[in-house]
Amino acid sequence: MTITKTPTTKRGKLVNLRNFPGFNPTAWFVLFFLYSPLIYVVIYSFNSSRIGAVWESFSVKWYGRVFENNDIQRALKNSLQVGLVATVLSTILAVMAALGLLRMKRAGKAVAIALIGAPLIIAEIVLAVGTLGLFIAVGVPLGKIGLMVAHTAFCIPFALLPIRARLSQLDMAPFEAASDLGANESQILRRITLPLLAPAIVAGALLAFAISIDDFITSFFVAGPGATTLPVYIFGMIRSTVTPEVNAISTLLLLFSGTVLIGSYLIQRKRR
Amino acid sequence: MLAALAAAGALLLSACGGETTADSGAGETAAATGEFPTTGSGVVNVYNWTDYIDPEELKRFTAETGIEVILDTYDSNETLLAKLQSGATGYDVIVPSDYMVQQMVDLGLLQNIGVRSFPNGGNIKDNLIDVYWDSGRNYTAPWNYGTTGIACNFVAEPECANIKSWKDYFTAGLPKMDSLKDQVEVVSAALRATGVAGDDLCTTDTAKYIAAEELLAGFKPAVIESDGGIERVTAGTSNIRHAWNGSTHRMTVENPDVQCIYPSEGLNLWADNLAIPVGAPNLDNAKIFINWMMGPQAAGAQSNFSGYDNGIKGSDAFMDDSLKTDPAVVVPADKEALISPLPNCGEEARELYTQVFTTWTTGQ
Amino acid sequence: MTVTTSTPKSGSTQRGNRARPGQSSPKLAYLPIIFLAFAIGIPLLIIVVYSFLEKPSQGTGVKWVFTTENYKALFIQQKLDGTTALDTRYLKVLWTSFTYSLITTTVTLILSVPVAMWIATRDARRRTLLVALVTLPFWISILIRTYGMRQIIADEGPIGKFLGLFNIDWSILYSPPATILGLIYVFLPFMILPIYASAERFDFRLAEAAYDLGAKKLTVVRKIILPAIRPGIISGIALVFIPALGSFLQSDMLGGGKTNMVANVIANNFGQARNWPFGSALAVLLIVLTLLFVLIIQGISQRRGDKVELV
Repeated sequence: MTITKTPTTKRGKLVNLRNFPGFNPTAWFVLFFLYSPLIYVVIYSFNSSRIGAVWESFSVKWYGRVFENNDIQRALKNSLQVGLVATVLSTILAVMAALGLLRMKRAGKAVAIALIGAPLIIAEIVLAVGTLGLFIAVGVPLGKIGLMVAHTAFCIPFALLPIRARLSQLDMAPFEAASDLGANESQILRRITLPLLAPAIVAGALLAFAISIDDFITSFFVAGPGATTLPVYIFGMIRSTVTPEVNAISTLLLLFSGTVLIGSYLIQRKRR
Repeated sequence: MLAALAAAGALLLSACGGETTADSGAGETAAATGEFPTTGSGVVNVYNWTDYIDPEELKRFTAETGIEVILDTYDSNETLLAKLQSGATGYDVIVPSDYMVQQMVDLGLLQNIGVRSFPNGGNIKDNLIDVYWDSGRNYTAPWNYGTTGIACNFVAEPECANIKSWKDYFTAGLPKMDSLKDQVEVVSAALRATGVAGDDLCTTDTAKYIAAEELLAGFKPAVIESDGGIERVTAGTSNIRHAWNGSTHRMTVENPDVQCIYPSEGLNLWADNLAIPVGAPNLDNAKIFINWMMGPQAAGAQSNFSGYDNGIKGSDAFMDDSLKTDPAVVVPADKEALISPLPNCGEEARELYTQVFTTWTTGQ
Repeated sequence: MTVTTSTPKSGSTQRGNRARPGQSSPKLAYLPIIFLAFAIGIPLLIIVVYSFLEKPSQGTGVKWVFTTENYKALFIQQKLDGTTALDTRYLKVLWTSFTYSLITTTVTLILSVPVAMWIATRDARRRTLLVALVTLPFWISILIRTYGMRQIIADEGPIGKFLGLFNIDWSILYSPPATILGLIYVFLPFMILPIYASAERFDFRLAEAAYDLGAKKLTVVRKIILPAIRPGIISGIALVFIPALGSFLQSDMLGGGKTNMVANVIANNFGQARNWPFGSALAVLLIVLTLLFVLIIQGISQRRGDKVELV
């Protein structure tokens, strides 16, 4: 194989790297791989046939079923309730942790980071059954409250990631200026730190929300009466009888995730 | 149909030797004094098997009584027990099978509600009143009952015609075979296949369990899946499946190539029940729900949805004809002798069942 | 997203313990720490305690009697006939989980390096779009993505139909390859993004210079590009291997009755099988293996001079 050298572009990038053999097809293959199952689900959500894999004709009847199904709506409501509470609590706790950690002593910091990092490292199933044990030991009845506590805990590290990243990039000048001008700590926090952190806090909150809404295993073990969340409900549906309703719910959720992501992207771009 | 089923139902009794007489219980244990409420407000938390209750019926219940139904689901008796024992105290109505009712009563998990004193308490079919797990029906109301056999697609898999027994099923080694994710059903079928009689399924002879374990180990490589079911077989993803007869009925309705097989070693008759766990937060609503479900129309509609017969007198008037003619639901006369109740085993045998099943599910 | 790697000279200000203006008191972190100690620390402790307790006769929960039987039961089977034998079932389950995770990590790595490099060398506008495309799956439920994969690879799915045209038999759903494919599918973005983050920072003029000086293309890749994206690769490996090891949904939904990964066996012991102490012992083993892996990753990256920071 002979490599013909091509001139560099105006951007100063190596053109031959752009055309590295195999990169281009691999990338398109990967994108196709990532999206084809999702596209398939979306297309087949409009299939009128009861049997999932056979295309009959275009129909929106499964969406009708989803909107008529009380259980799905209740599950969605549970997911949103738990997700919102967990998002707010975990984001607040994450901001506190991020700010507090900055000046913490080495030993304390190590313990704190181990605790915060645990949900990222330890398999979720282990924390899920451990949390079940905790609720039994403390006497918390299985249900929504327990779910909120558990979700808040495993959302903290996700909410924390963007906040810590932003903190480490902050320019100290405004703080020093404010301090020189006689602002006290709480003023600095309210007027400078939090506004500067705001985009990261929003990003962290969104991440926490996505993680909570997506959670299956913990919810499966800790959910009690009336606390079935959407993923737990969908899992049950897939396990027993797969109806094309699952495709319809999935498509709606895809639409929701896409909207949230694009929305947050647009907001962040405007801020800049 | 009911004649044949009544005969089957009677087996529930004969196998456990009527311990008590019909008049025990009901009257004096009916804790509910005064008028029985027929309408209420608020909610009732129902914890049922997946895909086992008609959502339309629940809507009708809410419209008639003003009580909203909050439905959560589980996939096996064992899961239900595990959930209750780990502190899920908010369920108002649960649906355990026969042997599980007895375990739960023994563990003090169910409330004595005197079901026969309910307005619809008189609707219970006679042969389902003095059942071994709840003689006189103090704790539970009858729900659906049925058998557990084999569903087979006779067109897609011509070998179906050669499957006459559990032994044939477990050793067929055909492509597209499914199992059933149920400890008692799978292990008892394997015991029957290795020569244990229907009335000896609670044996504590470990040699018999070793034989069952070996049979299952040989079956394992053939199994594709044990979850799901109805749509897998109707769509042709699977051709043979260890199945509850109501599922088989629903498969046949969707795809007439699928028919039931009554294994020659015999098969289990099970009966599910509505019960109220201790600590139920909405006791009155739970009673209203159970009573409503004991109405002939509700019970008939439930059977139409699930594909099983039920324990309520007069409900056949509301049942689809397809149910009344399907040999999966109506046990043919020559097959009646094959049916015996789901084993209700003591602790030792239960432990052996668990061991065999865990070995089977964990083996690669 | 779990592990951020950065080279020591990446420019982030080293912060000491000294109070600076605008820095809040460390006391602010006490509440989150206490909460996490309660909601994360105690559950882990409970699992360790459970693993040394007996199973009660009626199944669910634990009996407060000390025993080490649960750990023995991981390796030795008390057979039904009363004899004991070496039990390889659980070792096999662990081995399965390990190999599946390893294959997943390897395949995602092989696919991600070209993709990340490719994205990093696009112009700014397309780069933003491509990063968004790779990020979007993060926001989509893993359950739904796994379900989508199941639909695609089903016997009667699009691949099966296509191959059917050529009379090729397609049947992979409910088999180990299906589980692995599901894992690759779900965790692929976790590998692409950190590698891309490293690649984006890389100054491609360096490679250009080397190339101009006569270095072969592969040499450029090996000597200049790979070292530059190494922190991203290490992060990616950690981000894929760790969750894959403890994954539950893919083997449950795609593997059928035949494949068990360790999370499925733990779940079963806390569900149908109702043997909490044994499930806990298995969970402890999983924790130990995961931590071992984390230590290895940290060791490698430290020796190489990269700083791996958890969280």
